[in-house]
Amino acid sequence: MEKTTNQKAWFLVLPVLILVAFSAVIPLMTVVNYSVQDTFGNNVFFWAGLEWFEEMLASERMHSALGRQAIFSAVILAIEVPLGIFVALNMPKRGFWASFCLVVMALPLLIPFNVVGTIWQIFGRLDIGLLGHTLEAIGIDYNYTNDSVDAWITVIVMDVWHWTSLVALLAYAGLQSIPEAYYQAAKIDQASRWSVFRYIELPKMQGVLLIAILLRFMDSFMIYTEPFVVTGGGPGNATTFLSIDLVKMAIGQFDLGPAAAFSIMYFLVIMLISWVFYTVMTTIDKKEMV
Amino acid sequence: MARITLENLAHSYLPNPESEDDYALKEMTHVWEDGQAYALLGASGCGKTTLLNIISGLLIPSQGRILFGERDVTDAPTTERNIAQVFQFPVVYDTMSVRENLAFPLKNRGSDPAYIARRVEEIARMIGLEDELRRKARGLTADAKQKISLGRGMVREDVNAILFDEPLTVIDPHMKWALRTQLKSLHRQFGHTMIYVTHDQTEALTFADKVVVMHDGRVVQIGTPEELFETPAHTFVGYFIGSPGMNLLPANIEGNRAYVNGTEIDLGRGYGKPQGKVEIGVRPEYLKLSSKAGLPVNIRRVEDVGRHKIVRAEFFGHDINIVAPEGTEVGADMTKVTFDPARINVYADDWRIAGEAA
Repeated sequence: MEKTTNQKAWFLVLPVLILVAFSAVIPLMTVVNYSVQDTFGNNVFFWAGLEWFEEMLASERMHSALGRQAIFSAVILAIEVPLGIFVALNMPKRGFWASFCLVVMALPLLIPFNVVGTIWQIFGRLDIGLLGHTLEAIGIDYNYTNDSVDAWITVIVMDVWHWTSLVALLAYAGLQSIPEAYYQAAKIDQASRWSVFRYIELPKMQGVLLIAILLRFMDSFMIYTEPFVVTGGGPGNATTFLSIDLVKMAIGQFDLGPAAAFSIMYFLVIMLISWVFYTVMTTIDKKEMV
Repeated sequence: MARITLENLAHSYLPNPESEDDYALKEMTHVWEDGQAYALLGASGCGKTTLLNIISGLLIPSQGRILFGERDVTDAPTTERNIAQVFQFPVVYDTMSVRENLAFPLKNRGSDPAYIARRVEEIARMIGLEDELRRKARGLTADAKQKISLGRGMVREDVNAILFDEPLTVIDPHMKWALRTQLKSLHRQFGHTMIYVTHDQTEALTFADKVVVMHDGRVVQIGTPEELFETPAHTFVGYFIGSPGMNLLPANIEGNRAYVNGTEIDLGRGYGKPQGKVEIGVRPEYLKLSSKAGLPVNIRRVEDVGRHKIVRAEFFGHDINIVAPEGTEVGADMTKVTFDPARINVYADDWRIAGEAA
């Protein structure tokens, strides 16, 4: 059969192109537009070239926000991934309690971000918060509004509380896909609990864990609402992560140019790191096929 | 190695079994002699795998005891029983190489590395994977994976028994034959007790010294392939073994005569007057078509399978099969069938009853 060539078929791609243009490309281009211009208001713009980018790259403020952001993401990944796996391993496999656990695990994921922030903001308060008041009553010095370590701990515990479920649910799905025969064979082979985890459960969870790590990295690297509601980025700048800083710059100070340059670099950094994660993990996967 | 004794063993997957129907495995007492090769044959869902998992300790039976030699292992975990088991679908440790997979059971028992290396080479040669020892197990084909599973089952020399749960289901037919022969020679060489679960009668009959036929949670007959063919103890055995299976005809029996729809058939032996559901069973191989003597049949269809012809016919309203030797002309006049009296078995409520010489 002869293949027909009809260039008009390209029109079929048009709806998608339009959709993507309006949802992603055009907004992004506005940001690009701001990033290379300066304005003194009245909608009058001057060409600024790469000046804002140079300024931002050299800016102490951006460096420290990036540093805090990197530490925050690293810490929550280091806690949430192992903890999520641990929770998934200990969840019942079937029956009433399995469904019960799934529902309970899913609950934190369903709460709107600013509500999560409010919950923890109140929870940690010294005057009326259950956590803050209890800690004070038993003599532990805790105050997230003026101690930066306490603020960090609060923000991290809050994120672990909010998002470990996601890792646990994904890991649980991976575990559920392992046929019973694998566990039986491991028993027959007299494998230890650790071997079962290392050679059966972990390899089978690899795919979902890759997704879990990617999602958690991206989300945590862009975190805004929850710490903003709890600490407002303080005390001082202690919990001012990249997004919080960006909003301060763009809306608080109305420095549109630098903020736009900052946004673009922020976006590129997230893409780059996600790509590195993905590539590294899929190459490990491929190596094992050989 | 040890003799394995099952004492009043029964198992139900329900927490509070009430009637006998709730049991996946009905009460049985049975001894697996040390060093024998057994095949456990039966249709899907008859309790074969349940029985196997109870022996290996993956399941704890609802009642009864299991003894290895003199030792009661009913509640002992799998690791203490030192049993090897190969499952129906390949189980390999994906991230390990073929070599590591084969070495895994030995390593877990803390064997000497030099011994492990030697033993792994030996097993790899036997299953034909010696060239792929360095490869990761995950990229292999299903039958190579199953060979690894088989290898892992056989790598330990000191096991009490090796259990095979339909291990060749996923293997190519030509490879099946070769592997089964390997298993047999391995059995002769090392003398492990082997229990081989299958629903394929050819596999069972070629592998085992003794075939254990299970039906509906019960062991219905244990015997050599010949015994199963000539004197099936239960109608299920008659029907399940043989291709096509045994013809079963409802009959009334008085002494040494059977009446099928009023037509008399000589049985050669006396059976008294059995009650209940009475049937006579005769293998298609022992029915003979002729144009002269015998009882009338209507031939429906003739299937030539090469070695012989299978004749599907109607006998007083019952379907029967007749095996006619290759070369027999099944013409329009072949409307009579004769029974070989010595080959007729009599069943009351599905169980065979022995006749007395008349």
